[in-house]
Amino acid sequence: MIIEVEGLRRTFRVSEKAGRFRRSHREVVAVQDVSFTVPEGETLGYVGPNGAGKSTTIKMLTGILVPTAGRVRVCGLDPSRQRKKLARRLGVVFGQRTQLWWDLPLLDSFELLRDIYRVGQTQYRERLDECTELLGLAEFLSTPVRQLSLGQRMRGEITAALLHDPRLLVLDEPTIGLDLESKARLRSFLAELNRTKGTTLLLTTHDLDDIEQLCRRLMVIDHGRVLADGELAGLRGSVAAERTLTVDLQEPADLSGIPGVTAIKADGPRVHLEFLPSEVSAAQLITAVAARAEIRDLAVGEASIEEVIRRLYDLRPAPQA
Amino acid sequence: MRAGFRRYSAYRQAALAGVITNSVFGLIRAATLATLFTGATRSSEYTPQQMSTYVWLGQGLLSVVLLWGGWDFAERIRTGHVAVDLYRPWDLQAALLAEEIGRAGYALALRFLPPMIIGLALSEMYLPRDPLIWLLFLISALLSVVISFSLRFMINLAAFWLLDIRGPASMYALVSNLLTGLVLPIWMFPGWAQTAIWATPFPYLLQAPIDVFVEHGSPWRLLGAQLLVTAIVLGAGRLMLRRAEHRLVVQGG
Ligand SMILES: Nc1ncnc2c1ncn2[C@@H]1O[C@H](COP(=O)(O)OP(=O)(O)OP(=O)(O)O)[C@@H](O)[C@H]1O
Ligand SMILES: [Mg+2]
Repeated sequence: MIIEVEGLRRTFRVSEKAGRFRRSHREVVAVQDVSFTVPEGETLGYVGPNGAGKSTTIKMLTGILVPTAGRVRVCGLDPSRQRKKLARRLGVVFGQRTQLWWDLPLLDSFELLRDIYRVGQTQYRERLDECTELLGLAEFLSTPVRQLSLGQRMRGEITAALLHDPRLLVLDEPTIGLDLESKARLRSFLAELNRTKGTTLLLTTHDLDDIEQLCRRLMVIDHGRVLADGELAGLRGSVAAERTLTVDLQEPADLSGIPGVTAIKADGPRVHLEFLPSEVSAAQLITAVAARAEIRDLAVGEASIEEVIRRLYDLRPAPQA
Repeated sequence: MRAGFRRYSAYRQAALAGVITNSVFGLIRAATLATLFTGATRSSEYTPQQMSTYVWLGQGLLSVVLLWGGWDFAERIRTGHVAVDLYRPWDLQAALLAEEIGRAGYALALRFLPPMIIGLALSEMYLPRDPLIWLLFLISALLSVVISFSLRFMINLAAFWLLDIRGPASMYALVSNLLTGLVLPIWMFPGWAQTAIWATPFPYLLQAPIDVFVEHGSPWRLLGAQLLVTAIVLGAGRLMLRRAEHRLVVQGG
């Protein structure tokens, strides 16, 4: 297991003005009783609404925040006690921060990092060439970081995190603010990295396409608690999310009243039928529709991740006040 | 160290502006101190040549030792960017010190020489004959850089507790102007005050390397005291970092 977390908890003391001179202190529980393990080579998406505790978890995993309680081991090390050692085995990308030197050309940052991580010259060249090619860095390697666009900088950040060849790459909102093409490029790069090198990926995101395209496993957190953790397919089943049958009919027809169908949306000759797979199979449903109207074309879709997650939120126990 | 040097060499124009203000300020100081002493109302411990060196060397050292500014790290703590500094496989104090020495090296090349040249052109300056003194001066200046860094490092670290360190920082600026020997040489203070001031780390930032250079007092004693102060403030900084890391709260998502 490359990550082992057990009973992890972190609270913050926040002080707020109470009256004119008094300040009252309040405990904010950012993460409570979080447990999970991640095997090598896994791609894990960590999602949850704003303030759910994702970044706090990641800070504890990388050793820059000491847990209030619980046990964490990453790459076999205790992150907050062995932070320096861990840093050599771990790559970290914070979408909102930069680990590059703002005023220096991108390449200079890489060279400084090579010194800091004591990466051998050949390994450094190899990694850099690889990233340069796959991420298309060549055109702005000599541009100062402050002049890079967000998408360019993010490609630089990922390269910077990979120069020392980490086994585990942790990304906190790596695609924040990127356009569709940059996102796609980043995702395919990361997927490739996981496939060819077996690098374990843990990423947080608010863009569920990242999860869909990159992560085999999904972990949902809210109010500091893990709501769900598992393979995406399994989670879909567990929340009994509807699937959708989309049919293009020759002629409009009344499709209401078919058992197992929970909603119908007509869109000209195209009709979307949401159905519960537990009550009616796709094949049965198609037969039922075909009995009523001539079908020109059809497609069966999974519930979107949004839908799955929304349902997970609906199922959660009410948070304690 | 390389990072420090490169980072600062990225700003040439700012450096030029700095050199100009620094030189103007030096002229004012030289003129003020000259009028103060031509009256010869007090016996001076410096000869006029030493006085001139004191002014211009101080002017040059100012930006090498960095008496003003140097609060970037607190800002990184306040904004949470310190996260990036913390997950690197380095000794944070050593890394920041290396960057600081890189910066100082750059300042030595660019900010130190111009006021010295202006001083040499405008006045008669005391220059040591013995090359050993030059070497000792360089060591002393390096120690000053380390002490200055260490003091600011601790105030910067206070941001982990206070978040906003503007208070302590402006306090530091005020005290260091007075006690480093920048405004007036320490020997001008009354005797009891001199003893008290030399017991603080401040005169080791500026007065010590200047006195080593103008051979005012024993250079060896000055260096020895500087070494002791360096060890104390570095050690204290390390202790404080350890504590900060323990109650570490990194701000922001
Ligand atoms: N330094 C801090 N001091 C006080 N409270 C904090 C601090 N850091 C985080 N919190 C609180 O902890 C909770 C979790 O924050 P966290 O940053 O982990 O959320 P997140 O899941 O990363 O959210 P987002 O999606 O918005 O990035 C929030 O309620 C936040 O207010
Ligand atoms: Mg976050």
